[in-house]
Order: sequence, then structure tokens, then C-alpha cells
Amino acid sequence: MTSIELGRPAKIRRSARSTLTPVSGLGLGIAMLWFSLLVLIPLTAVMVTAVDGGWDTFWAAVTNAQTAAAIRLTVFTAVGVTLVNIVMGPIIAWVLVRDRFPGKAVLEILIDIPFALPTIVAGLVLLSLYGSDSPIGIDIVNQRPAVFVAFLFVTLPFIVRMVQPVLEELDRDVEEAAASLGASRFTTFRRVILPSLTPAIAAGAALSFARGVSEYGSLVLLSGNLPNKTEVTSVRILSSIENDQRASAAAVAAVLLVISLVVIVVLDIIQRRVARRG
Amino acid sequence: MSIEVAGVNKKFGDFVALENVNVTIPTGQLTALLGPSGGGKSTLLRIIAGLETADSGTISINGNDATRLPAQKRNVGFVFQHYAVFKHMTVAKNVAFGLEIRKRPKAEVAARVDELLKLVHLGQFAHRLPSQLSGGQRQRMALARALAVEPQVLLLDEPFGALDAKVRKELRDWLRRLHDEVHVTTVFVTHDQEEALEVADEIVVINEGRVEQVGSPDQLYDEPANNFVMGFLGEVTTLNGRLVRPHDVEVATSPRPEALTGTVSRVLRIGFEVRATVTTEAGDVTTVMTRTHARSLGLESGVQVWLSEAAGATTVPVEPTTTVG
Ligand SMILES: Nc1ncnc2c1ncn2[C@@H]1O[C@H](COP(=O)(O)OP(=O)(O)OP(=O)(O)O)[C@@H](O)[C@H]1O
Ligand SMILES: [Mg+2]
Repeated sequence: MTSIELGRPAKIRRSARSTLTPVSGLGLGIAMLWFSLLVLIPLTAVMVTAVDGGWDTFWAAVTNAQTAAAIRLTVFTAVGVTLVNIVMGPIIAWVLVRDRFPGKAVLEILIDIPFALPTIVAGLVLLSLYGSDSPIGIDIVNQRPAVFVAFLFVTLPFIVRMVQPVLEELDRDVEEAAASLGASRFTTFRRVILPSLTPAIAAGAALSFARGVSEYGSLVLLSGNLPNKTEVTSVRILSSIENDQRASAAAVAAVLLVISLVVIVVLDIIQRRVARRG
Repeated sequence: MSIEVAGVNKKFGDFVALENVNVTIPTGQLTALLGPSGGGKSTLLRIIAGLETADSGTISINGNDATRLPAQKRNVGFVFQHYAVFKHMTVAKNVAFGLEIRKRPKAEVAARVDELLKLVHLGQFAHRLPSQLSGGQRQRMALARALAVEPQVLLLDEPFGALDAKVRKELRDWLRRLHDEVHVTTVFVTHDQEEALEVADEIVVINEGRVEQVGSPDQLYDEPANNFVMGFLGEVTTLNGRLVRPHDVEVATSPRPEALTGTVSRVLRIGFEVRATVTTEAGDVTTVMTRTHARSLGLESGVQVWLSEAAGATTVPVEPTTTVG
């Protein structure tokens, strides 16, 4: 069952027939039920609410200048932060796995702090560091960089923690084989190590993007939530709800949902490309 | 023109892995590094390849000092026990790797890959992924990959160690034939003395970080330098204070001059062979003979026999501190 296409890995075509046994059928049933209750039904409900008032209401809600500005700010910042993480995450993971240095154990724990910290506490930490009486003289309160910094802070661990175990499992033999074939450190990284890491990087990037888009607690204090300037979608949705504009809130949520899906699909496509290239 | 290892020492922490190793590996031959587990074989091979650095001593390859050259510049092919395949690349891509790095023209790479895959009998598997190959096929792919860059020397670290006995034997015969075709200076590590004796032109016996003896399989077998080599290359038993191979012990059922007498305490038949243990004043002696011979002697438990060395037998005196592995 190998394809004869040149220069491409042979695809193993799985037969379309199902491989379910009664037991795995039951497992699939439970998984689907769980998935439906927790994910599919609520998502559908949001979508339904979003289009409930008709297309015009939806379109008006989404193109409202203040809402559009919030969506733009959130999505662009989340993309930017994710790109930074795609570069920094693997580097930090590499240092943690491959290098030995004093304080490594401490760093290992510090990495998880953005995970473990309640986000509002993170917000306070950021405010005291980058607020108007910043001890390091950087005052970004009520400015767009505040959103970027908050996203960066809370999304730091995602790619690091996804890449780290993969890197630990990597066979050193393979790198030595590449070296003895004449590959420089860089070539070995690009052609041998990176393809093994890309699924983990892509998964971490998807998480990092989604977390950025949904972030609230860590940025409300520092960003000031100024309409058309530093207001993000989560804040916008909340204020819509408070003003009893449910349809409008759902419309914004639906747009975010679609954007996140697109990002996840794009990441998956890129990841497959890179993993296969070698 | 060869590999020269001179005065190499290597420690891991306090542990001495190699101690003043001096070896010359002849050009164009198939040399085995033979020795027990933990003896330092892999360490020596990796130092030759530049994957490990020696604490002191020099390595020269084909007359050029390679001591300070990184692995990338040594032009050495290395084959690992666990294949070290590039999982995400097809078999053809794996083999092409070294050539692509050297920026050879595409057509040349394709032709060379094709030729090598034929050489290792993997022609029809070019577009598979390594995970779709058997262990033996993976190792042949790894060999083709190492040969692709036309290395000055080919180093194999227990290349067949992870395979079952039958495939091992097939592949070692195949390696021998391949070497006769390709003639690249080859060093392979093994702890299996049969593999070394069967395949190698030259054997380097390494134990506890030291070279015990270097020689052809015949030299090693017929003129072992010491107890260790004698014991490592085949079974031994002690007769009159000398190590001797069990099949070189002559058994008689009547008194002989200078023969050691004893009583047969155990007879074991294994296929065409009979192994008899004889209890003497100086301890147990093991002997091996054919079934026919044992029958003609009427050998069975309780019989008194006289033991002596066969004419031309290989023996070495027993040293006080033997470390027969
Ligand atoms: N990176 C390392 N760090 C510490 N000790 C090491 C290292 N590599 C090897 N050693 C030690 O050096 C000794 C020689 O190891 P080496 O791998 O060369 O043995 P070997 O002869 O290849 O054995 P085997 O037949 O089991 O592969 C062993 O005792 C091993 O524990
Ligand atoms: Mg070894």
C-alpha cells in the first residue's frame, strides 16, 4: 500500500471501514456525549444566539467601531505574542533540557508561575512592575503594550511545556548521525530536530493564541480598558452583557470562535508541512 | 594510510574508560573491536569518529591528524546500534541527507541514492518511512546513508546487536560480502567473539579500557597473548596449571605417561557433541568430543580416564589473577 509518488513519504491508507469493537464503540459513545455536553452544545448555543436577531443585527454588532477595534487589537496582539512564543518557547525549552547551570531547578518552577497564578494576581504583579510608579521606570499603563505584555506573561509556559518532554525524548544518536554526515549544528536543528518538535510547537502555539484571545484578569488593571485603544474583546463582551446586549456579546464571541478555528487549522497545516520537509 | 590511535586516555569522572590505547587499523580491511561489555569499545569508536573527545592522545586518519577535528569534518561514516534513523524522512531522503548537505546536484544525488539502495537491497523501499521497515532493513538503510558520503572510514557500533540471532548471522555474512565489494576501511564493534572470528580480517581485543591483543582471527585463536584473550575467544578449562580448550584435551581409558587421572563425573550430550566433566585431584576438567568418539571410549559416569593435552594444542599458563570473561 505504498504510493509511488516521488520524494514523498508513502501514505499508509487506512481503510475507510470502521475498526470499532463493541467496547471501543462504547468508549466512542461516552467520549462523544461528554464532548457534546461540554463543547458542542454550548458552542452551538452561542452561534444560535449570535444569529438570533437576524443577520443585520449580527453584522451591526460586529462592525460597530468600538467592537471592531477590540477584535483587531485582541487578534493582532494574540498573533504577535504567539509568534514571539514560537521563537522563545523552544529556546527556553532547549536551555532547560540541554544545559546544566546553577538555578535550573528554580527556573523550572518559575516557568509555571504564569500557569499557577490567579490571573488577577498576575494583573497586580504586572501593574506594580509596569504601572505609573514602576520600579524599573517602564510605565505602560493604559497603553497598548500593556495588553501585549499581559498576553506574553500568561502564555509563556505553553510552548515551553509542550516542547520540553519531546526534546527530552529525542534520540541523541540521531543528532550524532547527522553530525557525522557533515551537518552543522544549525542544519541538524533545522532538518532533524525541528521537524520532531513542530507538532508540539504548533499545539503550544494554538493554546497560547487561544489563551491570549480569552485573557481578561491579567490585563484589566494594567490596560485601563480604554475604548478604541486598549479595550480587548473579553472586556467588550462583558460590557455588552452588562448592558443587556446578549446578541451583540454572542456575535463577538462567534467571530472569535471562527478566528480561533482558522488559526488552529492554519497552525496544523504549517506543522504538517514543516514536519514533512526535513 | 590507516587509522592511528596513539596514547589515547579517556576518563568519565573518576572512571577510566580508556587507558593508553595504541592501535593501528589497516586500510581497506574489516577490523573488529572485540571485548566484554563496558570494556570501552564504543568509547574508542566514538573518539575515532569525533563524537567524543579523548583526554589525551592523538587520532590520525589516513595520515592526517584528526584529533581536533569536529565530527562534521572527519568524513567518517558511523552506524549506530539503534539505527538512528531520521524518522520523518523517507528511506531515500535519509540516504540522500549527507549528499544534500554537501550541495551536490539533484540528479547526482538521485543516481547515487538509487545505486546505494540497490547495494543494500532496499531498492523497492525508497519511498517508505523508516517506521515501515524491519530492524534489519533499517540498519541496511543506515549503512547506505553512512556510505553515501564516501567516508574515508566506516565505523559500526554493534550494528546487529538489536537484531535476532538469525538476522544477525545473515547480515554479518552480508556485511562481509559488502566489504569485499566496497573496500572501505571498516571498524565494527562487537562483544560476540564468533561474529568477530567469522567476519573480521583483524581483531582488536579490548578489556577494561586496555588493548589486550591485536591480530588476525587465527593469530588470536592460536596464539592468545594472555589468559583473558584465550578465555574470551572460546571456552577454556584448566589442565596441569595451563588453560586449554576442552576439545584439545585428549581422553584415554588406559594409563598414559604424564597424564592426569580422574573419574568421569558427568556426561552431557548436545547434538553431535559430548561434554564430559572429569573430577581430578587438581579440580574438575571439562572435555568435549564427538559422539562417535565418546561411544568408542565407552565414556560414562564413574569411568576412570587419563587426560593429556592433544599434540599442537593452544595453551597458556594460568595467571594468578585471571579475569576470564
Ligand atoms: N557518557 C558517559 N558517562 C559516564 N560513563 C560513561 C559514558 N560513556 C561510557 N561510560 C562508561 O565507560 C565504560 C566503557 O563504556 P563503553 O560504552 O565504551 O563500553 P562498551 O565496550 O562499548 O560496552 P558495550 O559492549 O556494553 O556497549 C563503561 O563502564 C561506561 O559505563
Ligand atoms: Mg558499546
